[in-house]
Amino acid sequence: MSATLEIRNLHVSVEGKPILRGVNLTVRQGEIHALMGPNGSGKSTLSNTVMGHPAYEVTEGEILFDGVDIVGLEPDERSRLGLFLAFQYPVAIPGVTVANFLRHAINARRKAENPEDKGISIPEFRKLMMEKMETLRMDRSFAGRYLNDGFSGGEKKRAEILQMAVLEPKIAIMDETDSGLDIDALRIVAEGALTLHERIEMGILIITHYQRILNYIRPQVVHIMMDGRIVETGGPELVEHLEEHGYDWLREKQSNGA
Amino acid sequence: MATANDAEQLKGLRERYEEQYGFRDPDSYVFRTRKGLDEEVVRQISAWKDEPQWMLEARLKALEIYRRKPVPTWGPDLSDLREDDMYFFVKPSEKEARSWDEVPENIKRTFDRLGIPEAEQKFLAGAGAQYDSEMVYHQIKKELERQGVIFKSIEQGLREHEDLFREYFGTVVPATDNKYAALNAAVWSGGSFIYVPPGVKVEMPLQAYFRLNTPSIGQFERTLIIVDEGAFLHYVEGCTAPMYSTDSLHSGVIEIVVKRGARSRYSTIQNWSDNVYNLVTQRAMVYGDAVHEWVDANLGSKVTMKYPSVYLMEPGAHGEILSIAFAGRGQIQDAGGKAVHVAPHTTSQIISKSISKDGGRSSYRGLLRVYPDAEGAKSTVVCDALLLDEYSESDTYPYIEIENPFVSVGHEATVSKIGDDQLFYLMSRGLSEDEANAMIVNGFLEPLTKELPMEYSIEMNRLIQLQMEGSIG
Repeated sequence: MSATLEIRNLHVSVEGKPILRGVNLTVRQGEIHALMGPNGSGKSTLSNTVMGHPAYEVTEGEILFDGVDIVGLEPDERSRLGLFLAFQYPVAIPGVTVANFLRHAINARRKAENPEDKGISIPEFRKLMMEKMETLRMDRSFAGRYLNDGFSGGEKKRAEILQMAVLEPKIAIMDETDSGLDIDALRIVAEGALTLHERIEMGILIITHYQRILNYIRPQVVHIMMDGRIVETGGPELVEHLEEHGYDWLREKQSNGA
Repeated sequence: MATANDAEQLKGLRERYEEQYGFRDPDSYVFRTRKGLDEEVVRQISAWKDEPQWMLEARLKALEIYRRKPVPTWGPDLSDLREDDMYFFVKPSEKEARSWDEVPENIKRTFDRLGIPEAEQKFLAGAGAQYDSEMVYHQIKKELERQGVIFKSIEQGLREHEDLFREYFGTVVPATDNKYAALNAAVWSGGSFIYVPPGVKVEMPLQAYFRLNTPSIGQFERTLIIVDEGAFLHYVEGCTAPMYSTDSLHSGVIEIVVKRGARSRYSTIQNWSDNVYNLVTQRAMVYGDAVHEWVDANLGSKVTMKYPSVYLMEPGAHGEILSIAFAGRGQIQDAGGKAVHVAPHTTSQIISKSISKDGGRSSYRGLLRVYPDAEGAKSTVVCDALLLDEYSESDTYPYIEIENPFVSVGHEATVSKIGDDQLFYLMSRGLSEDEANAMIVNGFLEPLTKELPMEYSIEMNRLIQLQMEGSIG
């Protein structure tokens, strides 16, 4: 059964200030969507809200995962349903190694499914880590480093994709995963995401400002967000149109419409 | 690190402490002094130990010093500590055993339950077990004994090695040092006497485990350790107690002499129940090119006041203090360390990590002192505090007294709160809030826990997991 993330008329406030004003968006497993839009339009607010950050208050609307409203769920419950957010700015957790963290994350899931589960064995886990790190061309020593602590921008993004590859979500939101990456790193990261898309039909909502990552991860649907709403939805051609014309035509269209 | 699975299996901390450590045995002492403290009580203790006259005199003199010194008011409130309600000496068994089979059955059961005999076999060079006021068991591996290593109860040390004992006893921590050092000097009972001959390396740790059973007891552990030139020793102590509604007191004095070129490390994992006042003075005198390390983890007790210190007596001496404090509901952890640079070209490092939650208070209280002659001394002090909620507190009291201009001193202090963003990040990967908190705390302590021997680091992580359980939300 393929999973569906369905956002209906979502209104979100941060510290009492409305940011999202009625977002509608549906991503199914197996699909790739892009979400673009100028700075401050609400893209990261959307991703944080979907994942359940406590600072983002849903004032109206629903977020359905497989038809069930998840607005009241904790982030860990959402994660265990199969949602994943690759963070734009992953925080550092000093003293906790990448390997240790991932093992806990895997075990938390297994435990949630089966309270009797004893957790992944060390050899099995090591094999999984090594395999995933190899596909992302990460050095072995990476597993022993403290999570995001002193990582370069590119290392942080790779670490996000590594987590995604290990946790195998049904639907992933990639929040500006391309920012701060050089062209080689971008390709590796994009390939990592695509592999999951192809192998387990992971649905992707990719948030970006630029076309280049979309040349690797080709979306079927492109959405443009402005002022807390999705104002335009189209096919891949919309990306090129944006590259050429920027957002002004949309602003005009908006004000004419208003 | 404790696994995520542990966190879910564990229940609330108090419940769990009761089950794991907080159980109690029926009273079965051989003798105890009446409640309260006076000269007669001190004489009784000395008589039961069949001590030489000089020791009795030293005790009585210390009692006077104790009476003269006021209760310190610069730290946590000690006004609820009432000596009239307390037993100062509770003798647990007729004699100290060299084999667990000779330990009285109910006491042996307690230590079995705490895993001491098992740990002794697996990874210790020797073990001592104190129950209320005296050691009930002490044993060291035969080959170490053959190499001349002495590991005995403090009483046996005095009885069997009186000259060595007398040469050092009270020289590192004199009775005049502070009120509770004076109290200990008056009523000390139990603790270890250790001598490591020149060049002998004790590769596996020696351990002492301290257990309280009687309610309203004062336990006055006294330990004297001499690590001779070029020798090596790692000594570990652990402590737990049942939970009672009345207060108990643990007031130990630890004296360590680390001679030229020797290395020693003393690790404490203090996990008293939260009705215990833990007022301990521990100090090491470190001589030329020798190294001493204190690893001091304070997780339990009601009030702890403890500042392990290193006195760097000759050039090349190095001292390290790693202090971990965990203050939960109703707990005050006033911990830290002192580094005193007496000689030139001595070095020290103090690292303190404290965690406060559920209204607990932790303080770093430290002294860095450089004598006028101690040219070229180097010291770094780093203290990091982590607050888990807005009800808890953390304070830093760094005292620095430097009397030589040619020294290098660094001091850093940070206070941080577990942020929503860190929690959100970890939870977004499927960890529950408790697991995420525990993981952040473990990570915060990682620089210290990795310094501990494997077995202790596991034990400590497990204890921290217990402390963390259900702490938030």
